Amino acid sequence: MLEVFTWLADWLIYGLAGLNPASKLGASLHFFVEDTTKIFALLVVMIYIIALARASLDLERVRHYIQQKNRFAGYGLGAGFGAITPFCSCSSIPLFLGFTSAGIPLGITMAFLFTSPIINEVAVIMLWSLLGWEFTLVYVVIGMAVGIGGGMILDTLKGERWLKDFAAKAYQQAAETPHNDDSPPDAKTLTMKDRHVFARDELKEIVGQIWKWVIIGVGLGAALHGFVPDSWFADNLGSGQWWNVPLAVLAGLPLYSNATAVIPVMESLILKGLPVGTTLAFCMSTVAASFPEFIMLKQVMQWRLLGIIFVILLANFMVVGWLINLLSPWLFSGTLI
Amino acid sequence: MKKIEVLGTGCKKCVNTAEQIQSVADHLGIEVTVEKVTDPGTIMSYKVMSTPGVAIDGKLVHSGSVPNHDKIETLLKN
Repeated sequence: MLEVFTWLADWLIYGLAGLNPASKLGASLHFFVEDTTKIFALLVVMIYIIALARASLDLERVRHYIQQKNRFAGYGLGAGFGAITPFCSCSSIPLFLGFTSAGIPLGITMAFLFTSPIINEVAVIMLWSLLGWEFTLVYVVIGMAVGIGGGMILDTLKGERWLKDFAAKAYQQAAETPHNDDSPPDAKTLTMKDRHVFARDELKEIVGQIWKWVIIGVGLGAALHGFVPDSWFADNLGSGQWWNVPLAVLAGLPLYSNATAVIPVMESLILKGLPVGTTLAFCMSTVAASFPEFIMLKQVMQWRLLGIIFVILLANFMVVGWLINLLSPWLFSGTLI
Repeated sequence: MKKIEVLGTGCKKCVNTAEQIQSVADHLGIEVTVEKVTDPGTIMSYKVMSTPGVAIDGKLVHSGSVPNHDKIETLLKN
């Protein structure tokens, strides 16, 4: 079904514009047209459908649900809801405090916040259409693992010691009051029309936010695709020495971007032969460890806790990179590369 | 005189919300003071988890989105 976009790009770039498929410009433009049309078409359809389904999900209910579960299920749920809940990074602080003041452990709240930027419907749709379902699955599992692992480490270190006073106090109070008999907040009752209105608004909002990132990301990916020689990474970075992964993580740090812009770049890097684990480490570091986000969290945390979280994240990305590089011969049985 | 607080840590949506409430209030001829609240502790005390939130005279009436024109009218008239 998706070949339609390849044909469209063939027709536009090689046919109508008359560019040579073997030329750098031709290859770049073809990549750009194929990917942007494909991504936008899929996004519009899928965001609408997903929003229809998720119109009744709200954070109060999510919180209640997480609260009722035991700690270990909590990490998984935290990361899982982080992935599916629509969430704007400017809500990080209220969400953090909302969870904390309900007595949800720091690690579970952070599992939510770690996973949230890495996995969302836009990222999944783009990965699926550009890199196939195997890669998408690996990406989702890793995103969840980074969140769950990071959260567990934080709780093991008793990270809540280093919250700002008012947040620590709110957490303590909630932890001391039992909340077993709470009934869940009422579910919204929605008609099909309500859902449609919600989905339409959501579609407008999300596409309005991300369209420029798609263009930037695909543009960069296309430039890489057309203008960087196929053997460049192999020649200059070797074929996956261990230090490539930390290097990729560090390189991704100052680049603050969202998953939407990074995924087309990832596609290009992988096609150019950069090992999958190294590419993923770079991508996660760009998406999930962003300075603006950290500065925001400073409002509720002491520097020490922020520092610890930062180090945990970077360490997780490196482990992911090494692990996937090690496992990639078994994970992707020749379909990808 | 209604005291309106727009709760949010300072994103664009919160600014939009504050501006729209002011303009609807002017339009309806209702006297209001619109104040943007960015302090995390205060936002927490309103139990808001998704911003922007709107409180009128100390009572939370809306959260999670920029309220549309009709919603603002209803909120202000009550």
